[in-house]
Amino acid sequence: MYDISVSYNKYKFLGNEFLTWLWYLIENDINIKKMAEAQLAQAQIECNSIVFEIGNCIALENSLGDDSIEKISIKGDDAGLEEGKTALKKGAVVTDMNLVLRVDDNEWRFNLKGESLELTSLKTPVTGKITGEDDTEGAVLEKVFLYNMVFEVIDILFYIFIKKRASNEWKTVDISEIQEWVEE
Amino acid sequence: MGLLSSSVSVARYRVDGKIEDNVMETIHAGLKQNAITTIEDEYAEITIGWTPFESNFNPDFETFTFTFGDFFLFSLRIDKKSLPAKIIQKHVSIEIGKKLKEEGRQFLSKNEKIEIKENVTDKLMRQIPSTPNIYDVLWSHEAQRVLFFSTQKAANEELETLFTKSFKLRLIKLFPFTIIESSDKFSDEERDAVLKLAPANVNRGKVIGDDL
Repeated sequence: MYDISVSYNKYKFLGNEFLTWLWYLIENDINIKKMAEAQLAQAQIECNSIVFEIGNCIALENSLGDDSIEKISIKGDDAGLEEGKTALKKGAVVTDMNLVLRVDDNEWRFNLKGESLELTSLKTPVTGKITGEDDTEGAVLEKVFLYNMVFEVIDILFYIFIKKRASNEWKTVDISEIQEWVEE
Repeated sequence: MGLLSSSVSVARYRVDGKIEDNVMETIHAGLKQNAITTIEDEYAEITIGWTPFESNFNPDFETFTFTFGDFFLFSLRIDKKSLPAKIIQKHVSIEIGKKLKEEGRQFLSKNEKIEIKENVTDKLMRQIPSTPNIYDVLWSHEAQRVLFFSTQKAANEELETLFTKSFKLRLIKLFPFTIIESSDKFSDEERDAVLKLAPANVNRGKVIGDDL
């Protein structure tokens, strides 16, 4: 059992690698719904499609081996991600990314930070307006449902990533596929 | 930042343990006993306490509910006085000038200046009102999970402290390691395998996970 701050720092790389893997899934149009079918059913999430898109920001970091860190940020609605791919070739990992999640017709936008997996600037699908005091509980429960949905999807994907990352297939199958994409 | 806001930042926690008996009464008592005070303490630089979600400036847990469906929802309020350094500097300068004139001196000692600064800061702190900051707390007792609607380090630390004080339960922040550690979806073998993982090799040309 590690001390909380020690374990935070020691294993924050898993969150950064998770974001990098997520980028790989997005760029390669991997069917997330199909990949996570069993976990979605277990979490009782019923939907026809789950699609992620890179939003308007992605940040990467590359340790240069002498305690110095190279940081690369790409911002803008239609920004090209070529420099990000170049950084990946040099061994960088994604540390922060803005994502768009679409579950059927509903859309969430948020920044996901790798080391903490905290969500910032989270915007859920539009909910009904509160017109009277009686509406508050309904509005709260609707928002809670929408927050839980995004966390549920992220947790499922993180779970799939960790299972893969700790498996033997990671070294033989997944890495070469990711490497191929990076070298494209 | 509030749960109903159009844009929120969220930190997640696992609650270490559960209240076994009289859940509602225990939580109600914890909220009431640690509600933010309605009388502003002019000497306090910071005041922290709970307030109902629907009544941020009237911390009355008898009138306002903290239950919403299966969830407990309330707010953490942090009232803080903050004094800009330039205001202190200005008033210290005025006070030093006054003292020099009154006593017909040209210089003040270092200790005299420190004393003036302390007095000025103390006086100004009592005069200014505190600024309230409100952060919502959503607690699923059944799932032992808490969503806290702020990712600010200081606010999260205050939440952890007050939550433990109020409900005698510890909050464990969820981040990659604690998510894996607290999930029942991983087998012991998988957890052991994760613990042995190391970051990607930093050599050029390597990609994530190419570490062994």
